[in-house]
Amino acid sequence: MSENTDNNILEEVTSGEYKFGFFTDIETDLAPRGLTEDTIRFISAKKEEPEWMLEFRLKAFRHWLTLKVPEWAHLHYPEIDYQDIHYYAAPKKRPQLNSLDEVDPELLDTFKRLGISLDEQKRLSNVAVDAVIDSVSVKTTFQSTLAKKGIIFCSFSDAVKNHPELVKKYMGTVVPYTDNYYAALNSAVFSDGSFCYIPKGVRSPLELSTYFRINAANTGQFERTLIVAEEGGYVSYLEGCTAPQRDENQLHAAIVEIIAMDDAEVKYSTVQNWYPGDKEGKGGVYNFVTKRGLCKGQRSKISWTQVETGSAITWKYPSCVLLGDHAIGEFYSVAVTNHFQQADTGTKMIHIGKNTRSTIISKGISAGKSNNSYRGLVKIMPGATNSRNFSQCDSLLLGSRCGAHTFPFIDTRNHSSIVEHEATTSKISEDQLFYCNQRGIDTEKAIGLIVNGYAKEVLNKLPMEFAVEAQKLLAITLEGSVG
Amino acid sequence: MLLNIKDLTVAINGKEIIKGLNLQVNKGEVHAIMGPNGSGKSTLAAAITGRDGYEVTKGEIWYKGQNIVGLEADERANMGIFLSFQYPVEIPGVSMTNFMRTALNAQREYRGQPNIPAGEFLKLMEEKKKMVDIHAKLTKRSVNEGFSGGEKKKNEIFQMALLEPTLAILDETDSGLDIDALRTVAKGVNELRSSENGFVVITHYQRLLEYIVPDYVHVLSDGKIVKSGTKNLALDLEEKGYEWLKEEAAV
Amino acid sequence: MSMEKDTLQQTQTLDEMLIGQYRQYKELISENDTPHLRQIRENAFQVFEKEGFPHSGTEMWRHTDVDALTEDDYVHELKAPVVTENIEDIFQCDVHDFDTETISMLNGWYTSKTGDLKTMPDGVVVGSISAAMKAYPELFEKHYGKITGSESNGFVQINTAMMQDGVFIWVPDGVKVTKTLQIIKIINRKEQLFVQSRNLIILGKNSELSLMHCDDSVDHQASLVNTVTEFFVDENAHLELYKLQNLNDNSALINSTFIKQMANSTIKTNTLTFNCGLIRNSIHVKLDGQGAHADVLGLYLMDKEQHIDNQIRIDHNVPNCTSNELFKGILDDEASGVFNGYIYVARDAQQTNAYQNNNNIMLKSTATINTMPFLEIYADDVKCSHGATVGQLDQEAMFYIRSRGISADNARMLLLYAFAADIINEISIEPLRQRIDDMVKKRLRGELSVCEKCVLHCGTPDKEYHFDIDLSQI
Repeated sequence: MSENTDNNILEEVTSGEYKFGFFTDIETDLAPRGLTEDTIRFISAKKEEPEWMLEFRLKAFRHWLTLKVPEWAHLHYPEIDYQDIHYYAAPKKRPQLNSLDEVDPELLDTFKRLGISLDEQKRLSNVAVDAVIDSVSVKTTFQSTLAKKGIIFCSFSDAVKNHPELVKKYMGTVVPYTDNYYAALNSAVFSDGSFCYIPKGVRSPLELSTYFRINAANTGQFERTLIVAEEGGYVSYLEGCTAPQRDENQLHAAIVEIIAMDDAEVKYSTVQNWYPGDKEGKGGVYNFVTKRGLCKGQRSKISWTQVETGSAITWKYPSCVLLGDHAIGEFYSVAVTNHFQQADTGTKMIHIGKNTRSTIISKGISAGKSNNSYRGLVKIMPGATNSRNFSQCDSLLLGSRCGAHTFPFIDTRNHSSIVEHEATTSKISEDQLFYCNQRGIDTEKAIGLIVNGYAKEVLNKLPMEFAVEAQKLLAITLEGSVG
Repeated sequence: MLLNIKDLTVAINGKEIIKGLNLQVNKGEVHAIMGPNGSGKSTLAAAITGRDGYEVTKGEIWYKGQNIVGLEADERANMGIFLSFQYPVEIPGVSMTNFMRTALNAQREYRGQPNIPAGEFLKLMEEKKKMVDIHAKLTKRSVNEGFSGGEKKKNEIFQMALLEPTLAILDETDSGLDIDALRTVAKGVNELRSSENGFVVITHYQRLLEYIVPDYVHVLSDGKIVKSGTKNLALDLEEKGYEWLKEEAAV
Repeated sequence: MSMEKDTLQQTQTLDEMLIGQYRQYKELISENDTPHLRQIRENAFQVFEKEGFPHSGTEMWRHTDVDALTEDDYVHELKAPVVTENIEDIFQCDVHDFDTETISMLNGWYTSKTGDLKTMPDGVVVGSISAAMKAYPELFEKHYGKITGSESNGFVQINTAMMQDGVFIWVPDGVKVTKTLQIIKIINRKEQLFVQSRNLIILGKNSELSLMHCDDSVDHQASLVNTVTEFFVDENAHLELYKLQNLNDNSALINSTFIKQMANSTIKTNTLTFNCGLIRNSIHVKLDGQGAHADVLGLYLMDKEQHIDNQIRIDHNVPNCTSNELFKGILDDEASGVFNGYIYVARDAQQTNAYQNNNNIMLKSTATINTMPFLEIYADDVKCSHGATVGQLDQEAMFYIRSRGISADNARMLLLYAFAADIINEISIEPLRQRIDDMVKKRLRGELSVCEKCVLHCGTPDKEYHFDIDLSQI
């Protein structure tokens, strides 16, 4: 009897539905399906790019042709036909807007439904938003406030036009196009993204935010984010993602590069909620992302916080290269998988400088028939004297049809450094559930509560607005999975 | 009648623990259930509150005019049944405040009431905290995490005060308590006693009953109530132990 | 056929040479085989022919340089040399109060004057695997090659394809072996040998066996030893296995151990590595019966340019099993260490309790450590945890000890010894524990030299041991 109830409970929690699966009827400007040098020239031309940018893309494309799809991750999915994807989709009325009033009302409504209405954002919080729909950056709020401080926050395309020297100097320096299969693909076909530059000694008075959304069918989204914080600069950057419900799989392959100079600090927070596919595993976004930060300067700090609840497939390892002495890298992650979702995510911490520190806290939550893997590398190079790493990777299993895996790699070449890794696996105990039930809390709510408690250490690292959204998302993702 | 248990049989994994038990509790009454280890005291509490794995194979549990056998644990809780756990479980990362607000709102939702406003909730919590002399910091911590034995028990009574049940079952609330904590817990319980609610106090020792004075005392042995009486029965038990009852039952 | 003909001095890579040898001398290699065994050989050979040895690009071998090993020149004997003297007369274990039954292997060949297969008074059958396969075909049919399962790596495949000798032990149901059995494998040849040996050890229901498996070399000649051992541990049986590894710096040892455990069986393995050029220990425990428990422990003390690679996989295939894995290592100089622990919990293997830990101390920054503690879990009602640490000696503890007037060197020794003691204390054969304890201390002081003949002889340098086999006569 107890087992039966348990199964029913799981049945219910795992049947939670994706609540962002609406499709916005905005006319889009699509590139023809397929990928050739012509596609790349088309994208580049559409974006009126300078020659050096086209050259970069073509070099990346030619390199991509020589690469093989990486197969080492604990992921299983049918081969992707890269010739069956639209590599460029922009809302047709390319907005050249000066105020929010001019933004397509339907688009504004989309953001409202996402819970991030630009108006709201503007009024309520200190968040400047750059919204990227499909591939094109639509609107950046608060540009003027930021400009006064000398902060550049704009779409990647605008940066290519208006700040070519900065883009040329930093683009591809942290994630070169040769880095991996998806990085090469992105470098060839990326359509837009965000660019952020914090000048020397400036602390961004606002939290900067980008929302990514895939809207058109059969499109890939390949955005690219570049954040540079000069000496003593500080910025907290938020990234949110959603996609509508579709039967077919959509591809997302992004690159994020961060560079932090002496005493600079960048906090990068992500709430990833791409469409995960339905209960039978149909549809959903394939999410192959390369995110890497370079702590170039002394005492620089880069901190990644991610809440991963979406995508059918997640392949993502936000990393830190700790080059400057005393640099600090952090990775806080909550990854939830349900139904047939598969996540292979984690981080790499490469210690090169002396006295570098890194912390990894990963909380994996698996439900339904999903598989959730932590994969991480901690590498201490011979020169990284007195470096420290601490990793804690916990897994929580909801039900007996899912999988939770941990694949840490620790490579140490310096004897004065200390590396510690711990991992545990647990389930929500019947005692905990009964305790909540006895207080009148139904099992679904109880699971939401317990899971949020389990992930609290990471959720606490998120900026307030995001933390609330993330908590709701966790509960929604697992909704019905235990009842 | 608040609670009417008729010929109740409860099995765990097919093994009968409660074997045809009858018990009636009226509003305003405190019933003590005593008995040796393994007599089925905690099983009775679990059966009334609807814990999974405790199978009612026979009989009925009537509460507020409804047979609650088969109802989910949370529904029973929302109907006003509260269990003070013998071993309260830890729930890491979930703050007491958040937990209690969720519980209180679940109860209100069940009654068709709107959620309690945050300010009002905090005020209510402050008020109830005083009742059991619970440390202010305790509500900021995760549910039962890092609480001492005494703190855990006080915390149970604090939750009871907040949820204001009509039927409260205290399962070995005295175990592991020093005399000061026992007094505090008893004080809380006594303040909550009213003509509108009933208590079932499960205990092994008479000690607790000096502070929470019962109207009736029942002795549970091998899954059945073998003797009922007034509070004096508890004193007899203290003096003679449980053996004489078995002998009496055997006769 | 003369030996010269059988011993091919190769000019190709090792896999090419072995494939050639197999094709040419298939009949000789499989002369004792039953048809069943012959088929197993043939299947393994076909896989090997296709896939060859693992190489630097093979994921699970990424950190161990096998290319250099398999591209070297070796001599591979296909026929046992004639041993003129009884090895047991000239080679004795000197652990005091340590009464073992020794089984000797010289250059990969079973060596005994008392016959290739003998039944001890308590009913245990011990002997050469090639003799046993003729005597006990039904046991071979049931177990041989089954415990390795679908494990596909070139070293295991070529061992299965070309194995000719090794040790066979059968502990029948209910037999509790009181005397520890000791397998001593010695490499002693002027040529650079490629040596394969294959062991099959069967523990019947309710039986007990304590076994030592010593790999030693007697001089500085390079060799590559490829050993595959299968253990079948039936219901309620108990196995204790001590692997002692003390080979010279030019030696390479590829050791693959497969253990299949049935219901309520318990095992404890303790792999103690003191010296060797390159060692890869792969231990794969399959918990196939409910209530089984495995303790898998290890200690490695490496220096110079030595390389140790421990690959420990524990499969929890059924519910209610427990496992405990602890490997500790100290690496000095340019030594490199690899640890890959892999706990696999199958779907529905509920109530699994698995613990895995790997702790390392690096004494110099020229050393490297790669540790990979993996978990792959498909059941929810389980308790699995793992941990890994890499560090140096606790500087505070160092200071504390030194503040009591103890020299830096001694303080260091004390702490290193304390670090290793967790593993040493798990040795339940007291005389062996004392001797290992002694050895670790010596090893840490740098007094344990490479050239000593056997791990167990190190404590008595005044005692001379000779290995007087006239190789020219073979």
